[in-house]
Amino acid sequence: MNLTLKVWRQKNAKEAGNLMTYPVKDISEDMSFLEMFDVLNEQLISKGDEPIAFDHDCREGICGMCSMFINGRPHGPKEGITTCQLHMRSFKDGDTIVVEPWRSKAFPVVKDLVVDRSSFDRIIAAGGFISVNAGNAQDANNIPIPKPDADKAFEAAACIGCGACVATCKNSSAMLFVSAKVSQLALLPQGKIEATARVQEMVAQMDKEGFGNCSNTGACEIECPKGISLENIARMNREFFVANLTE
Amino acid sequence: MSKLDSKIPEGTLEEKWMKFRSTVPLVNPSNKRSIEIVIVGSGLAGASAASTLAELGYKVKCFCFQDSPRRAHSIAAQGGINAAKNYQNDGDSTFRLFYDTVKGGDYRSREANVYRLAEVSSNIIDQCVAQGVPLAREYGGLLSNRSFGGTQVQRTFYAAGQTGQQLLLGAYSALERQIGLGNVTMYSRHEMLEVVTIEGKARGIIARDLISGKLERHFGHAVLICSGGYGNVFYLSTNAMGSNATAAWKAHKQGAFFGNPCFTQIHPTCIPVSGDHQSKLTLMSESLRNDGRIWVPKKKDDTRKAVDIPEEERDYYLERRYPAFGNLVPRDVASRAAKERCDAGYGVGKSKMAVFLDFAAAFERYGKQQVLVLGIDNPSAAEIRKHGMDVVKEKYGNLFDMYKQITGENPYEMPMRIYPAVHYTMGGLWVDYNLMTTVPGLYALGEANFSDHGANRLGASALMQGLADGYFVIPYTIGSYLSNEIRVKPISTDSEPFVAAEKRVQETINKLFAIKGKHSVDHFHKKLGKIMWDKCGMARNEKGLTEAISEIRALREEFWKDVRVTGDANEFNPELEKAGRVADFLELGELMCMDALQRKESCGGHFREESQTEDGEAKRDDDKFAFVAAWEYKNQGSFELHKEELVFDIVHPTQRSYK
Ligand SMILES: Cc1cc2nc3c(=O)[nH]c(=O)nc-3n(C[C@H](O)[C@H](O)[C@H](O)COP(=O)(O)OP(=O)(O)OC[C@H]3O[C@@H](n4cnc5c(N)ncnc54)[C@H](O)[C@@H]3O)c2cc1C
Ligand code: SF4
Ligand code: FES
Repeated sequence: MNLTLKVWRQKNAKEAGNLMTYPVKDISEDMSFLEMFDVLNEQLISKGDEPIAFDHDCREGICGMCSMFINGRPHGPKEGITTCQLHMRSFKDGDTIVVEPWRSKAFPVVKDLVVDRSSFDRIIAAGGFISVNAGNAQDANNIPIPKPDADKAFEAAACIGCGACVATCKNSSAMLFVSAKVSQLALLPQGKIEATARVQEMVAQMDKEGFGNCSNTGACEIECPKGISLENIARMNREFFVANLTE
Repeated sequence: MSKLDSKIPEGTLEEKWMKFRSTVPLVNPSNKRSIEIVIVGSGLAGASAASTLAELGYKVKCFCFQDSPRRAHSIAAQGGINAAKNYQNDGDSTFRLFYDTVKGGDYRSREANVYRLAEVSSNIIDQCVAQGVPLAREYGGLLSNRSFGGTQVQRTFYAAGQTGQQLLLGAYSALERQIGLGNVTMYSRHEMLEVVTIEGKARGIIARDLISGKLERHFGHAVLICSGGYGNVFYLSTNAMGSNATAAWKAHKQGAFFGNPCFTQIHPTCIPVSGDHQSKLTLMSESLRNDGRIWVPKKKDDTRKAVDIPEEERDYYLERRYPAFGNLVPRDVASRAAKERCDAGYGVGKSKMAVFLDFAAAFERYGKQQVLVLGIDNPSAAEIRKHGMDVVKEKYGNLFDMYKQITGENPYEMPMRIYPAVHYTMGGLWVDYNLMTTVPGLYALGEANFSDHGANRLGASALMQGLADGYFVIPYTIGSYLSNEIRVKPISTDSEPFVAAEKRVQETINKLFAIKGKHSVDHFHKKLGKIMWDKCGMARNEKGLTEAISEIRALREEFWKDVRVTGDANEFNPELEKAGRVADFLELGELMCMDALQRKESCGGHFREESQTEDGEAKRDDDKFAFVAAWEYKNQGSFELHKEELVFDIVHPTQRSYK
């Protein structure tokens, strides 16, 4: 199939960017969206132009690195997948596809479609862990955990830190991401000990990074490629409320 | 004379590690604060080492090329992690895990290392659970296990199909905690491009800030290479796009010997190549072989749909050749058998380079059980099939979805098509028992070292090894070196060796830009991959390997004359990153072929066509080849082979048989 791509080009964080138009030809429907970008980049290189910079690594939906805003939706038109899992059979011959980077004050553009998501790391560093040094642990089966809790913790832990939730939110809120980690650890007995400090520190860091407030529109849940549920936000709000009560 | 001293401690197998730990020299806490350690990599090995060494009080700098340490390729591991917990009471033990690993590695690993790995495996699970890693559980609240890779005990811990992700996020959270405490400085989007050695010892690295393009010098009393495997030398593999050999290769060129470079694991169940645009291959978990049956048509070039081929015209070749193990033969055996059928013209799909993995029998078997359970009388065949499908969906639903997403075919209606793909590299930097390379102060952990898997790695053992190295081995073994380094003050990065190392890196970068050739980096990478896959892949022979060596040399020359690297050095430039990596692959690829040529036996993942039994099975040659091949870098294209003899005191090598 033949397509028209409109892609955000921006040299670096300082310079302004704009959308550039590129035609691509003979795209096979078996290609992934990123493989289509590989083809386009090969074309650009052969003309001596600079290829489009985009983030990607695993190309199987687990590392959370790919991050394209495709026709107004993070990770494109299909739900429950990342950009790298999107295949060209989801498009038709003649389509025009607009591709932009994640947009949020807390995710400044590095170049073209690449953004800086290190704010997420700093939120985890503020409290997204259980303080246990290597070598301190007791036998793993000494901490039985009811399966439903373990399953819920796992579902929350499935977050890949891609930032689609932030990108889609009109307030650029990071609540879904933060609440997934808070929930995972709050659901487990090992995590309860530091629960109060954790939620407070993580929320404080989230605010400091410039993410917006959550107004419960639920767009994040729809766009999350890993199905992280809004329930986590509710749980985090409870945790935060209780933490502030016990201050 | 061999320069290799594996430093295996005295004593019986069971005593070695215990004695070592109680007698290794320690660094006192106040000295630790002034000792700096550079860690390249934030995967399971790097993140666990960084957090643990920081917890002990060392000053750590950790590097990764992704935008966050959480995205290291360990994240993609699906199946699980082994540990000799014997929670299932099915006869597992440290000894049994040790034994299985040595045997599975086809007797090309060191007994002492493997035993230690088996010993600490239990601690890993304890540590991960304490960190909040949500491993799968039973209804009673205790941890669940599955059997994996054809072992007879259930010792594999898992978190659905996302075990690597969950373990890495655990290690990442421990790392972030130390970053928050100021004990680790994290350098994301940084690529290590050179090791700095001073008076024969590793003293730091040169890294490129991938955003600004600036070269940076970093001092360390010791340097740990935890940079993962080099499977991407084949261009197509299940590794992430950025996985590379550069860190290990630069270490090699600064004096670290490279161990068993030709030992590559080719995983039998991957989604086949769909066309020239293919950029990477996706693994379908090995667990599918527990329920799927592998077959090809008995007739060559059969173009009928799978469902239209009657039972008697199907060749279930694994069941035919290996009646005892059937579809569950080890990875190397299953991969070669698929290649054999496809090469002989029986392959399926458009490319004819695929075999079927069929669940129809599983649908029926589970369906019959289900209708009984549900009390359905006189069920129709369709009803049985539907109930069976539900069971299969429950077990492998995410994999079936993934397959459908990638291929556009529905695996509930037609069998999957699979083909082997490069997956893991057992070879890597040679290390002694302390995980130190042949350069003092330079260590290698995780997939980057050659240590524990011999010629073939068992499923669920890489995650175990990465975390063992980082959480439980290096914190002890590094003391024996650093206790002698406490008087060494941080060396100025303005000193001559740092300046010279940076200059080497700068010159390579300048050289790459200066070529201004016609072809993209990927063009060369694809060509290299094809040579490696055809001639140093699942089956190797003297003629092919000799040809490959000269083809790679020619390709390398062409690369340095004709590659086109766009953009500038002082900006974010993925093409430049790729160019540097492919330049290194072009050297490593040659060494892999040389190693494969030298090893005139078949063992594990290394199959030399000249060394096979009458019925086409791999034939080891213990008299001549029971050694680790450790290669010393001399000059471009010249390497010297050193041999570390392997001694088997406990496990007596036998020919593996799965008939
Ligand atoms: C698809 C897949 C599935 C797998 N499933 C399993 C499984 O079920 N069980 C199992 O036991 N094993 C499995 N494995 C193998 C296992 O995942 C890996 O061997 C293991 O995770 C490697 O960990 P590592 O820490 O050594 O390296 P990695 O996780 O690859 O980390 C490498 C790190 O080094 C950094 N790095 C590399 N080069 C540089 C450089 N030059 N400068 C700076 N940083 C650098 C990277 O940024 C990264 O942080 C699987 C592998 C694959 C590919
Ligand atoms: S919550 Fe979902 S969308 Fe947000 S970072 Fe995690 S995986 Fe991505
Ligand atoms: S590239 Fe890893 S999730 Fe898309």
